[in-house]
Amino acid sequence: MSATGEAGTSAQPASAHRGAPVETPFRRFVAEFLESPVAAIALAVLVVIVALALLAPWIAPQNPYDLAQVDVMDNRLPPGSTSMMTGMVYLLGTDGAGRDLVSAMLYGLRISLAVGVASGLIAMAIGAVVGLVAAYVGGRVETLIMRVVDLQLSFPAILIALMLVAVLGKGVDKIIVALITVQWAYYARTVRSSALVERRKEYVEAARCLGLSHRRILFRHVLPNCLPPLIVVATVQTAHAIALEATLSFLGVGLPQTEPSLGLLISNGFEYVLSGKYWISTFPGLALLVTIMTINLVGDQLRDILNPRLKR
Amino acid sequence: MTAFIIRRLMQSVVVVFVMSMVVFFGVYLVGDPVYLLVNPQMDQEDIEKAIRALGLDRPVWEQYLHFLLNALRGDLGTSFLFGEPALKIILQRMPATLELAFAALAMAVVLGLPLGLYAGLRPTSIASRSIMTASILGFSLPTFWVGIMLIMIFAVVLGWLPSTGRGETATFLGVTSSLFTLDGLAHILLPALNLALLKISLVIRLTRAGVREAIHQDYIKFARAKGLSNRRVIGVHLLKNILIPVVTVLGLEFGNLVAFSVVTESIFAWPGMGKLLIQSIQNLDRPVIVAYLVIIVLFFVVINLVVDILYSVLDPRVRLGEQGA
Repeated sequence: MSATGEAGTSAQPASAHRGAPVETPFRRFVAEFLESPVAAIALAVLVVIVALALLAPWIAPQNPYDLAQVDVMDNRLPPGSTSMMTGMVYLLGTDGAGRDLVSAMLYGLRISLAVGVASGLIAMAIGAVVGLVAAYVGGRVETLIMRVVDLQLSFPAILIALMLVAVLGKGVDKIIVALITVQWAYYARTVRSSALVERRKEYVEAARCLGLSHRRILFRHVLPNCLPPLIVVATVQTAHAIALEATLSFLGVGLPQTEPSLGLLISNGFEYVLSGKYWISTFPGLALLVTIMTINLVGDQLRDILNPRLKR
Repeated sequence: MTAFIIRRLMQSVVVVFVMSMVVFFGVYLVGDPVYLLVNPQMDQEDIEKAIRALGLDRPVWEQYLHFLLNALRGDLGTSFLFGEPALKIILQRMPATLELAFAALAMAVVLGLPLGLYAGLRPTSIASRSIMTASILGFSLPTFWVGIMLIMIFAVVLGWLPSTGRGETATFLGVTSSLFTLDGLAHILLPALNLALLKISLVIRLTRAGVREAIHQDYIKFARAKGLSNRRVIGVHLLKNILIPVVTVLGLEFGNLVAFSVVTESIFAWPGMGKLLIQSIQNLDRPVIVAYLVIIVLFFVVINLVVDILYSVLDPRVRLGEQGA
């Protein structure tokens, strides 16, 4: 483990006191993560993607939803075309409404990521609390909670999402509610299983002897020790949530046209695929694929590092 | 064994009961139940009549009981869009969906098993690494986008296969399916591949993991020591043992395939129940939505039950474990 640190010391003895040799858990974690070049690249790409999404309004060539900037005459232009009105070059072409595809994708990425991450975080919070309580309280409460979790997990996520969308209707808030409902059970199950192990450990007993409140023991002592598997599930689930939202939007039962996520862009381009205008569906799809894939690869590497059974 | 099956059956009945409540309170009570149940084109007088006829002025538990009794008699309401019993419409489209799911399942086994075996037996070769990378890709690719790309490549650019529809069907041994005609096979190839992609990746990973684990076991060493041919060791001794988890997972995944066919059917205009569901959600055809949900819940409960029972037959430790607990 300390091999990198020692190498650093022997190479640059002068900076040894300030530099690498101090091995904090965080540094070791970073070093282990970067051991896999694939994971390192995936993380870098993911950072770029998130940055692009956050900066979309400032870096996009045009605001695709400002009607003053979009020229309908430019619709369905192939990649590399030049606008007839403004002389602007459409690197990836334009969509059915004449919007620059690069700009539409940047804004779409923003919406996709926002919906996926928001629903993931809320689901994680709910699932973590429910899982902790189940493990800590035990007895009938635990049995009831876990029965609900098992029942829900025995149905595919897309089916439950469709069921909820059918009941709730369209809209950003409703999609987020549907995604939270689909995801919370995964978090609850993960947290419960690690909390079951943690609650029998001595530090919990010590905390009890000190007379700490249940809430304090749960959230300040047990929860931090359940975090590693929770983080892994969170990455995978966020990727799932983004894919699920895209799927629902593609099916026309997800986000409304006023909130065009990547899935909706792909859906809008689908009608032109049969006439050979491939770019409208292809490029947003590639963006979606790269996003999901990098999150999955980062999650894979996190699992390898954080899983004690896989420790070398 | 009998006790085990009876206990599992009772659990299944409870699940169906709970889910019927969820579906009922979800679809019937969220929003204004009147407009979910009567045709929105009716005038006020008709609506009031309908409320009384449908029993919506009664207490909630009575409504639920009514819904349950009707459902038991196979009456799940009448579609607004088609004017026919919702159950009938769904059952009409079920064969197309099941056919697609079966074709995808077959594809997953036929393609996934050999690839997984190869990747497990030669884990360091370049081909194995490519297979594993491709399987990660298979997990990450959004199903609907792959569908579009398949249409674009094979139907639009190359023009080899038709892009939409089910094609001709033929009846063989009392089963009407498009699997029995060439035209039908050409139509099912793309949607089945689209649906199977995720499962192929899954089978590859399961098989590879199984092989990696089994290859160091004593019974494989013993078979080799006995001088059995490589083909027999792998084809009989190894394969038999890794098949149990693969079969179980695939059995459970069959329900998943049926659920995911919603996406594939929408892309390829496959006339199954998934496409019907999306249509019904978009048109607010509530009776059909409810009927679909009830049927799919039953479907899942039956699959889980069958897999559990099969598993306990294949692996006696499962039911012995239950008895001990």
